[in-house]
Amino acid sequence: MGHGIAATDGPSVTVGPMRGIISWGAYLPYRRLDKSQISAFIGQGGGRGTRAVASFDEDTTSMGVEAARLALRGADISGASAPEVVLFGTALPAYADKTNATAIHAALRLPAEVPAFDMGASVGSTAGALRLALSTVGNRLVVTSDMRTGLAGSADEANGGDAAAAFVIGEGDNVVAEYLGGASITEEFIDRWRSPGDIRSKVWDDKFSELTYVPAGRQAYKNALDVAGLSADQIDLVAVAAPTARIGSALAAKVGAAKVVDDLTATIGCTGAAQPGLVLANALENAEPGQTIALVVLADGADVMILRTTPALASYTPDRSIATQLESGAPLAYGRFLSWRGMINVEPPRRPEPARPSGTAAARTTDWKFGFVGSRDSQTGDVFLPPMRVSSDGQRTDQMEDAPMADVQGTIATFTVDRMAYSPSPPIIFAVVDFDGGGRLPIELTDTDLEEVAIGGRVEMTFRRLFTADGIHNYFWKGKLIRG
Amino acid sequence: MASHGIRDQVAIVGMGCTNFIENWGASLDDLMIDAANEAYASAGVNKDDVDAYWFGTAQSAMSGIALARALQLQNKPVTRVENYCATGSEALRQASYALASGAYDLCMVVGAEKVKDTGFQGLNANPIPNDGTARTLTAAAMFSMIVPAYGNKYGVDEDTMRAALSHIAVKNHYNGARNSRAQFRKEITVETVEKAPKMAGTLGLFDCAGVADGSAAAIVCRAEDAHKYTDKPIYVKALSFIAGNGGGLTDPTYDYTTFPEIAACAVDAYAQAGVTNAREQVAMAEVHDCFTPTELLLMEDLQFSARGTAWRDVLDGVFDLDGELPVNPDGGLKSFGHPTGASGLRMMFEAFLQLRGEVPEERKIHSLAEGRKLALTHNLGGYPGEMVSFISLLGAELD
Repeated sequence: MGHGIAATDGPSVTVGPMRGIISWGAYLPYRRLDKSQISAFIGQGGGRGTRAVASFDEDTTSMGVEAARLALRGADISGASAPEVVLFGTALPAYADKTNATAIHAALRLPAEVPAFDMGASVGSTAGALRLALSTVGNRLVVTSDMRTGLAGSADEANGGDAAAAFVIGEGDNVVAEYLGGASITEEFIDRWRSPGDIRSKVWDDKFSELTYVPAGRQAYKNALDVAGLSADQIDLVAVAAPTARIGSALAAKVGAAKVVDDLTATIGCTGAAQPGLVLANALENAEPGQTIALVVLADGADVMILRTTPALASYTPDRSIATQLESGAPLAYGRFLSWRGMINVEPPRRPEPARPSGTAAARTTDWKFGFVGSRDSQTGDVFLPPMRVSSDGQRTDQMEDAPMADVQGTIATFTVDRMAYSPSPPIIFAVVDFDGGGRLPIELTDTDLEEVAIGGRVEMTFRRLFTADGIHNYFWKGKLIRG
Repeated sequence: MASHGIRDQVAIVGMGCTNFIENWGASLDDLMIDAANEAYASAGVNKDDVDAYWFGTAQSAMSGIALARALQLQNKPVTRVENYCATGSEALRQASYALASGAYDLCMVVGAEKVKDTGFQGLNANPIPNDGTARTLTAAAMFSMIVPAYGNKYGVDEDTMRAALSHIAVKNHYNGARNSRAQFRKEITVETVEKAPKMAGTLGLFDCAGVADGSAAAIVCRAEDAHKYTDKPIYVKALSFIAGNGGGLTDPTYDYTTFPEIAACAVDAYAQAGVTNAREQVAMAEVHDCFTPTELLLMEDLQFSARGTAWRDVLDGVFDLDGELPVNPDGGLKSFGHPTGASGLRMMFEAFLQLRGEVPEERKIHSLAEGRKLALTHNLGGYPGEMVSFISLLGAELD
């Protein structure tokens, strides 16, 4: 076995303004699978702890949107920190051929001039996106997202997890973690693999993987320290993203950092391509200003990035912290998990399945469909969802302005449950939502149990995949209860 | 802005109506042929006597050719009409205006829907290409939102609301049990209604209208010609139609306790017919009881009950078959099911029979004998916040 190619980035401090992370957002889906349910149901697999489960109406793109929305809330995105490039990495892209990052770009309402690229569909792609963004110039939005699949009763099913994390990376005084340098060790070896479209990943031999990853990780770590001009005892926090919790802790034990950041594998699971972003976000949430963080990613080799938090971190509060989201998850029955994953087919209501959305119609309404932008009558202030051209009295045409509603909260005016309508996961809970400052929309609620819904309940919007027809993923927004 | 109406200018001189059932053995053509032939015979006219046709179907066929081919019409103008669930009513409205204009002397209206060939439950609209952001709720779910809204607004507790809704279901099935053309011909009990599986919100199976295949037809002419065809013509007193602009869906002031389109339509219809007190002047009403809470609200929007009091009138039996103002004496959508293009004409068929005194004894209403002279039909399509409304008033005497 060779040691591949070592690549390093020098510290940026010597050549220009401080470069690093400006803001971040981590998104954990609402549902948690208690892994003890698995063996009780299927006679094998499972284990202790929980894993995060993307809802039936989520995919890596929609979760990426949610993480990116959180990250952008922490940055001055209309000004100096406006993203200039979007990089999206996942090992489970919703589309092949078609770019997935463009849906994220549309949901975030970024200017058309901002390019949006997918990284390749491997776990290691997101380490690459982060490395690229940290070691180049200009503002980058890096979005990482993954849903970990596997057959019923498998280790991947139990130990995997679904999540997303996003970062705005650039230069300036608002950098909360400066990039000090990084290094990689690239390895070509058969660790785990999956053909596109399969749900089952195969693995060669855990021990072989561990014995390959740990030395590669140690070498990359040493090289990165050299580039950053630091010694091992100057690293305050190490965050490791590895194919398994065991490999991750084996590496962490050997690098001699003061503190190992919780990799969330016991609660959220190994989140594949989202894992580097998730553990980095968790490190940032747990760091003090002036601390050094080493991010280690073990995926077909090793990538290490070293950052130092700045005084700006003290005034940065993530919009929805990982800790908050860990607390707010709700349980999911294993049977429902299996149906969401397509592992068991559940009888749908005897109603027609939805037709595919029209590509041309959707292209005309991108700002509405992806950005949740209505129109506001510039004279009366009436808000229209979807946007309208004519005022409600019919008297005036085209006297409207944009009404961006994705970040506006609302109140439930009335609601119902539909046990007959088609849904990938019936029944549909549906509410008439009155938005703060005007506007009403009758809309489906997600991540919600019927007994929680009440008139007067508060709702926020979330980007979801409503259904897929003819291979077209129908993205739009749903409401979601604001809890606590 | 004017809505003059055509009071006493047009008369219905013959009608036909098929049984409304899940008619696996009959095609759309079969249904239309049967309804049309019954109507021709009822008016004593031949196919060639009819100058022009209006054909209402929501989505069982397209264009006038569907009717012309089925009936083998010979060079006749046939207009295909679609206006949601009020399609059949709208077809009659258009034919009536053509007569009033003098363009034709004798017209036929056929409404038909072949619903049960889809293999799905309920009514399902053919999808129009769209951007994928529209609601996909069932009508049951949309109308179910009335129940808590009405209860909250007027302080009617859940049990009382339930009792009123159950009363409507039991009443309409009681009436339908006395109608040989109805799909469901069994009386039901409150217990049956309340133990049925829940479909949407608090609405159970028996709060919802069924689905059926069916067709109904009418022969219409100008009032002055009516006695050429029958001794008992039924005169059109009012025809009102409003297409809502969907504002209720996005207007935060809309509270799901009224259908504004219908309230406005009622004002127009009563003005056309010269009705000043609907509760006292209307002898009977066929209304669009797609769901039990729909009928409850209609009693207020049609001005039969004051706001917030319809539940009490319902429970007091005001709208029962032997009540002061019988509503859906034929059994309504609840007993007939809802072949979209036919339902509006089926309602008129009951008004036609009642006003002519041609219903069987067990379905006779007292209000006509007691001096009331008008029958109302009301047909809606769409959902709370976004609907079309049709109202007609009919009478056996010229004013």
